[in-house]
Amino acid sequence: MSTEKPRPTFQMDGHDVPFDEGQSILAAALAAGRYVPYLCYHPEFQPHGSCKVCTVKINGRTHASCTTPAHEGDVVESNVDELNDMRKGLVQFLFTEGNHFCPSCEASGNCTLQAVGYDLGMTSAHYSPLFPDRPLDASHPEVLLDFNRCILCELCVRASALVDKKSVFSLAGRGIQKHLVVNAESGKLADTELSVDDKAMSVCPVGVILRKRRGFQVPIGERKYDEHPIREVAVQKQKGE
Amino acid sequence: MSPDVKEVKKKLRVATTSLAGCFGCHMSLLDIDERLVPLLDLIELDSSPLTDIKHCGPCDLGLIEGGLCNAENVHKLREFRAHCKILVAVGACAINGGLPAQRNHLDIRECLQTVYLTGLGVERGFIPNDPELPLPLKQVHPLHDVVKIDYFLPGCPPSADAIWQFLTDLIAGRTPKLGHGLIHYD
Repeated sequence: MSTEKPRPTFQMDGHDVPFDEGQSILAAALAAGRYVPYLCYHPEFQPHGSCKVCTVKINGRTHASCTTPAHEGDVVESNVDELNDMRKGLVQFLFTEGNHFCPSCEASGNCTLQAVGYDLGMTSAHYSPLFPDRPLDASHPEVLLDFNRCILCELCVRASALVDKKSVFSLAGRGIQKHLVVNAESGKLADTELSVDDKAMSVCPVGVILRKRRGFQVPIGERKYDEHPIREVAVQKQKGE
Repeated sequence: MSPDVKEVKKKLRVATTSLAGCFGCHMSLLDIDERLVPLLDLIELDSSPLTDIKHCGPCDLGLIEGGLCNAENVHKLREFRAHCKILVAVGACAINGGLPAQRNHLDIRECLQTVYLTGLGVERGFIPNDPELPLPLKQVHPLHDVVKIDYFLPGCPPSADAIWQFLTDLIAGRTPKLGHGLIHYD
């Protein structure tokens, strides 16, 4: 950090948040220890702006904070009832659209969707669940795909295309029909180049992409969000812990 | 008020039931252990598996475990809604169908045929059709698909501490709030 010139700042919920030129509101807020809930954002990837959970009000207007660069003097509202209620609504839509049966999910306790639900005080999905039929893909010898849990964040799509250079995953369909697909003639994961060391294996925020024979190696109760809520874990991660 | 007139605090009347559930949530309620004693100073039980009273009378609070998998579940739920001022969906199954709802993408006829006729180890099987048996629903539903639910207490089951926090908040007239470690979907 330069000692000569103070970094520019914006205001978030009444606190000064310093930022670097070009940095997004979300990245700057997290770096300053101020949590904003998000699902599709990942610090190593170009922001996507699709889940809208990180929406804040900047100078009175709503923006996805992950895609909006910070400006000196911006006045940002984030942790307010109006925005948290909207975020909770978005998370409830996701729980309604998929089959999120946490009691049997290997990702439970490590799951961003679940942890954000806890953070927002979501006690039910509110809407009538759709119970979509989404068969598993267990064709790959090392990897299981459980599409029931996909929230369409495209992190695996981005990781596989940009880091692994394999483009194993893609989204197909539109609107409520939109779904994750595997980029192979057969549509099966076994017929792709996916390997267990791929970046795409480690970015899923929910429990879609799972290593076989590794289930519940870390017991429930000792997982990422068991000790501390995501509100604390997410800002620690930014500090390099 | 003269000091010799004892103030009699009216106990809250509480009914509980398990629909398409496993009684795990009821077990978790019992897991509040010695806190049951102060709780029973504040509440009295109406219809409940713990009292074996079959039908629900007028109650302040109804706690329902389990979702709706058959016609009898729906009748029972409506009975509770008609008699309970506050109705609470307790546990994953009541809130989103839970484990029983994992059959929802299967055809109910095929399900019954597999279990009772063609399944591994089934001999001389038949699909139970006694008129006393409630008919299964095509899909398992959460409670809020059928009636208005006032509060949701998630968990599979909700921990004893979560149930205690919830009940003490509610009985004290506060909006129940589960913090980190108490709110769980699993």
